[in-house]
Amino acid sequence: MMMSRRCLVAMTQTLIACHGCDLLHRVRPLPEKSKARCSRCGTLLYVHSPETVNRTLALAITGLVFLVIANLFPFLSLESQGTVLETTLITGTIILSQQSMAGPAILVLLTSMLIPGLLLGALVYVLWAIKRGYRLPAGRRLFRLALTLRPWSMTEVFLLGILVSVVKLAKMAAIIPGTALFAFLALVFVLAAINAFMDPRAIWEKMDKWS
Amino acid sequence: MTCAHAARTAAGAGLFSCHSCSLLVRRPSMTGRVTVRCPRCGARLHLRKPNSITRSWALLIAALIFYIPANLFPVTITSYLGSIQADTIMSGVIFFMQTGSWGIALIIFVASIVVPIAKLIVLGGLLISVQRRSRWRPAERTRLYRITELVGRWSMLDVFVVTVLVALVRLGYLTTIQAGVGVVYFAAVVVITMIAAMTFDPRLIWDVLEKNDESNAH
Repeated sequence: MMMSRRCLVAMTQTLIACHGCDLLHRVRPLPEKSKARCSRCGTLLYVHSPETVNRTLALAITGLVFLVIANLFPFLSLESQGTVLETTLITGTIILSQQSMAGPAILVLLTSMLIPGLLLGALVYVLWAIKRGYRLPAGRRLFRLALTLRPWSMTEVFLLGILVSVVKLAKMAAIIPGTALFAFLALVFVLAAINAFMDPRAIWEKMDKWS
Repeated sequence: MTCAHAARTAAGAGLFSCHSCSLLVRRPSMTGRVTVRCPRCGARLHLRKPNSITRSWALLIAALIFYIPANLFPVTITSYLGSIQADTIMSGVIFFMQTGSWGIALIIFVASIVVPIAKLIVLGGLLISVQRRSRWRPAERTRLYRITELVGRWSMLDVFVVTVLVALVRLGYLTTIQAGVGVVYFAAVVVITMIAAMTFDPRLIWDVLEKNDESNAH
């Protein structure tokens, strides 16, 4: 019970518990771009991603730019009998809410736009602060929020949904991809790259130096 | 003075493992009903996710109930020159099969039918195995849980398809597509099963193997 504080700090910094089975592991330095998995159940323990702050920050800023472009320009257009009907990214949400489908409308808005935006914004805020050595308020809470939100950002599923819809309508009308669609496609890749390059453990340790 | 512990797990060593930032925090000696927060990220700390089994079951049963109207009610209502056609998830799959788009039919079938059913069965099975204190293949059961947690989000596919369809084929033209109530129930199934998977604590699978430890979790 009377464990000294120094001992506790040393222990908590060198040990990690598996989120899948709670087994304790000693944290060892990993070679670059490798992952450590639990020896008992195989759950991912930690990764070593070099330059994680710089790379993730660059990706998050890029992602925000693509997200803005994806909202400003036409997304998909449907050409039928000489008329062209343009849609933007948010059109689906608006039409759904007009058809008294508020639940799905909000869900689509959240998972395809608001959550990815919030995730990227939080990452830019936190990583910028780390890079510049500022100690900004609520940084840790925002980074925790970003980690929690990750499974709810579903841009790649939305992209597959677009593909399916286009195949379904292909026989009925011509579908013309707009600038926003390409920006959205780029956003999907940027978010995937963030998942690959972000090393949350290293970022937490950088924030530990704040206090 | 030694830091070494005989215990193999964080709970066995009296440590909270922060689910958010993975920091190990020593469990305070006088735990009443006080909530302990992670000193690093502020997340609530628990040895195990609170009431994991009860909450997961409740969500699972809710998802199962919503799954029925999700499949019976139409997800899209297409009107073309006065004729109206209502499509459920399954009739949408059949449409793609009949028009020869086998790949797309398979993608929708897997995302909208196979994944939700498999999730309900797997989570139900995991919950029963934990409640029966099963010692059977814990590593495989944990992997099954991990896969379930990862693939769940792909079931949102049909909700997005309906969204894009109603946006592209809307009023003012010969053909219009409207969303049907089925999509509300289906969206609920996807969200509820995702939360059910997040609520389940895979560490419970392993606790039965650790019963020699001095303080087993709760």
